[in-house]
Amino acid sequence: MIEQIYREERGRLLAALVHRFGDLDLAEEVCADAVEAALTTWPRDGVPTKPGAWLMTTARRKAVDRLRRDQTYAARLAVLAAEGERHEPAPELDEGLPDERLRLFFTCAHPALAAEDRTALTLRCLAGLETPEVARAFLVPTATMAQRIVRAKRKIREARIPFRVPGPDELPERIPGVLQVVYLVFTAGYADDRVDLAEEAIRLGRILHRLLGNREVAGLLGLMLLTHARTGTVPLEEQDRTRWDADLVAEGTALAEAALTGGPPGPYGVQAAIAALHAEAPSVEETDWPQIVALYEVLHRLSPTPVVALNRAAALAMRDGPEAGLAALPADAELTGYPLLPATRGDLLERLGRTEEAVACFEEALRLAQTDAERSRLRNRLDRIGQNTKLTE
Amino acid sequence: MKYMLLIFAGTDVTEPECTFEDWRVWDEKLDDAGIKVSGESLADLVTATTVQVRKGAKTVTDGPFAETRELLGGFVVIDVPNLDVALEWAASCPGSHDGGAVEVRPVADLG
Repeated sequence: MIEQIYREERGRLLAALVHRFGDLDLAEEVCADAVEAALTTWPRDGVPTKPGAWLMTTARRKAVDRLRRDQTYAARLAVLAAEGERHEPAPELDEGLPDERLRLFFTCAHPALAAEDRTALTLRCLAGLETPEVARAFLVPTATMAQRIVRAKRKIREARIPFRVPGPDELPERIPGVLQVVYLVFTAGYADDRVDLAEEAIRLGRILHRLLGNREVAGLLGLMLLTHARTGTVPLEEQDRTRWDADLVAEGTALAEAALTGGPPGPYGVQAAIAALHAEAPSVEETDWPQIVALYEVLHRLSPTPVVALNRAAALAMRDGPEAGLAALPADAELTGYPLLPATRGDLLERLGRTEEAVACFEEALRLAQTDAERSRLRNRLDRIGQNTKLTE
Repeated sequence: MKYMLLIFAGTDVTEPECTFEDWRVWDEKLDDAGIKVSGESLADLVTATTVQVRKGAKTVTDGPFAETRELLGGFVVIDVPNLDVALEWAASCPGSHDGGAVEVRPVADLG
């Protein structure tokens, strides 16, 4: 129970403290102090009726203590005060914690931060993951991840990246950065069967959707829900569609529709629409492939990446046959080291009966695979081809 | 907080979109906002000389230090509350257009 409250409240508490003090380091430390105090006293005295307010009061008291003891913090905050940074009144405690998380989202995803640092910081601050957990999510050593977070916090502090939600005219250029961070967390979760990470991304997406009425945010959330609704990470054609989570599909589809209504489409909205088309089809064969191909054309115009080209080729194969798909595959040079390219090629070749070439492709994909989940999928595929070959001999 | 905006001009621009007037207007806006601490346009690159001392030996060469296509043409030091404000000024500076770039560096607080 406390664990649950902790996860819910920690992101909001940190964000509120960052806003109050204008300093991420101080906020993190007193946030940890307050949570530790809660874990000590709540089991003994019971959970307070307003846990958020309790945490905030405790955190602020701890902050005052720290400021008295630590001259560095006091000096920093004095400088900020002198520059008139904090001219807004402190949030009202009686009304519970205000939601300052949006500011923190935009700060963690600021374009002035290095790309990999943005995701690390978002997971630390908004998802409340500890550094070793963030490191695991991105398959790097803890020391490397710790370095990224230190670097990011230093940049924020020394270059004075402000804790603010961008103005209306800046939002169009800043929102994609935030969405990209959340989506990276989601795909990292799926790449390694880390369902908890994928669910964390969805939770962040829901917060963003609630705080920021924006069509691409709806599109991203829809895309994640529709992907998550499917049974695990097996390929589409192998899934038992009767077991897909109907509620998530319905919610995701509604969001996809909202994303494409009332303005030009964005990349997440289009991807959500593609996912929705998959979700409403009773089977792979009965999927509306022409519509999906059309959507991929739109997506490729918005986001002309080799990965999009690859997915478009796979869809083309379903509409026009494997030869068409093969012809549309991006060049190897564009996607070196990406196992899905040889895997897709192998799949198309297998469908054309060119079994030996298919096997070579799957073996190449296996060499490039980066996670155990991918590797076992590819081994199963190769085993199945081996068995089929035996059956026909 | 003080930031230095280092203005690097693009060298191979055939159709520049910014004019002398754009520079004058931007400079005026800086003055009106009261945020300009200092600033200079640097003389033409042909007048540049680079000095390096390695292990006590001094080398003097004709030309700028960086062998890049974008070359330092000037700088401005502004005093603004945070990085976002500094970045906005950099974006409105003609120097960041036409193949150029403006580097935004906080001035170190050594006091």
